[in-house]
Amino acid sequence: MAEEKEGLFSKKNISLLTDPLNDDNPITVQVLGICSALAITVQLKPAIVMALAVMFVLIFSNVIISLLRNLIPSRIRIIVQLLIVAALVIIVDQILKAYAYDVSKELSVFVGLIITNCIIMGRLEAFALGNGPWKAFLDAVGNASGYAIILVIIAFFRELLGSGKLFGYEVLGHKGRTLAESTGLYHYGYENNGFMLLAPMALITVGVIIWVQRSRNTKLIEQ
Amino acid sequence: MNFLRKKLDKVKPLFEKGGKYEKFGPAYFGIDTFLFVPNHTTKRGAHIRDGIDLKRVMMVVVIALLPALFFGMWNIGFQAMGEGHSFWEYFSFGALKVIPMIVVSYVVGLGIEFAYAIMRGHEVNEGYLVTGLLIPMIMPVELPLWMLAVAVAFAVIIGKEAFGGTGMNILNPALVARAFALFSYAPHMSGNTVWVANGGADAASGETILGVLGTNHMPTTSVYDMFMGYIPGSIGETSVLMILIGAAILLFTGIASWRVMLSIVLGASLTGLFFNAIGSDTNALFNFPWWKHLLVGGFAFGTVFMATDPVTAAQTTKGKWIYGFLIGFLAIMIRVINPTLPEGMMMAILLMNVFAPTIDHYVIESNIKKRKKRLQKVKA
Repeated sequence: MAEEKEGLFSKKNISLLTDPLNDDNPITVQVLGICSALAITVQLKPAIVMALAVMFVLIFSNVIISLLRNLIPSRIRIIVQLLIVAALVIIVDQILKAYAYDVSKELSVFVGLIITNCIIMGRLEAFALGNGPWKAFLDAVGNASGYAIILVIIAFFRELLGSGKLFGYEVLGHKGRTLAESTGLYHYGYENNGFMLLAPMALITVGVIIWVQRSRNTKLIEQ
Repeated sequence: MNFLRKKLDKVKPLFEKGGKYEKFGPAYFGIDTFLFVPNHTTKRGAHIRDGIDLKRVMMVVVIALLPALFFGMWNIGFQAMGEGHSFWEYFSFGALKVIPMIVVSYVVGLGIEFAYAIMRGHEVNEGYLVTGLLIPMIMPVELPLWMLAVAVAFAVIIGKEAFGGTGMNILNPALVARAFALFSYAPHMSGNTVWVANGGADAASGETILGVLGTNHMPTTSVYDMFMGYIPGSIGETSVLMILIGAAILLFTGIASWRVMLSIVLGASLTGLFFNAIGSDTNALFNFPWWKHLLVGGFAFGTVFMATDPVTAAQTTKGKWIYGFLIGFLAIMIRVINPTLPEGMMMAILLMNVFAPTIDHYVIESNIKKRKKRLQKVKA
């Protein structure tokens, strides 16, 4: 088969990894997985944990489905996919509860909701069912990274502008009750933007990212 | 004037096609046509011979805004210093507070507009002339200038340029700025302390009438004060009288739609009557007389200057009635029933801005259906 001759890191395979980072980004181009991008991007830490959780689930489910792809009857494939994804999500949830209880509490229901993340189902349906495990692995890493990049960008701006912190550190100074008690930018009358903490601003941030990306990337400009 | 014309003509070749600063051409022609009536005419095709263009329309709206603006300046002084000062003391106190806000609004807003015009190579749009004046007029007087600048930048970039600039925006940019400021910097945009300028010893208590009502007390302000505008509030919104003068200018020149204004008043009155009829012991707003709703808060200002914005309002005649009625209805609904938002006018207008194209669509569809039916009748 032609597929066998292809090197592990052939051009085609590499593009599986790199395309979702920019040209075919799951959030900004395919517009999938928006709900979680809005819900858990108020701070950087939960956003990164979420991105890692999605990466774990996506990689394993993509590879497993790809290995099983010739065994699954197509009529019940959605149920099989859901079963595998659900099992993986439970594993992630239990690990988080055991080793990162605080973050797990912050993410609350959204860990469980990874199961309904459109990116995962989308990749399983569109890719894993038709490609070998190595390609499925690369595709999963690429898409999960594309998701992670956008999540981190949104969370960076929301945490910095919304609460003046990064990873919980007060990078813009400390806000006291009065100007004299405050340090850093707050001393000069700066204030946090409460709107950044609300969900609409996450959507607007995604919109701005899409805007910037489309105006820079000529491939994405529509007629 | 001649001097200015000569100066402009002298540098003109630099900005024309092939000139050294060709890129900045849009900015140059924007300034030129703002200062002088353009001397070129349309060359072909059918066109309307009318001297009024977008710039002149916008200037009329600005003129209509001036009475409310000047009264606002005076009122800020009056509210902050208490009684016993001269007219000029009040006025200069207020002017010193308001003029920096107007300057910031125009500098930031026009700066962004010019930057976009140059980047996209189109003419500078005049829409910001009005928006730039509206934004400071609907803000509390003590809003820090940098917050105003951020709100203006957000409104122009996200509210307007993202949709394609003047004439393409879905939401009223001035209200976008206010909504952004309200959600971003809530302590500076609502409450009892922000409506009266600091610095006066005998400052009024600073609570707005809707604020008092929110605490379940009937305000004692006289109707005369409400109508004349001797009450705390955003800079331009307090005086119903001055806003009515503006409304007269807009209606006389045919720039604003009387249908929208009238239907908003109708919608608000009926909703107010409805709540009056129900009554309530725990919420004073239920018992607040319906006609007083029309005098307080941003109702008059929103009705005359915000909802009638020709870009964001409904375009069809029937659509205008529906659009206006629902604004009035929602504004009073939000005021009375929602305890977290004392004023509902802004939200009502923004929400109906979003629905205006839908309303128009269905009005046109129903008209098409009606005509089809008529045609069938004639055929049969």
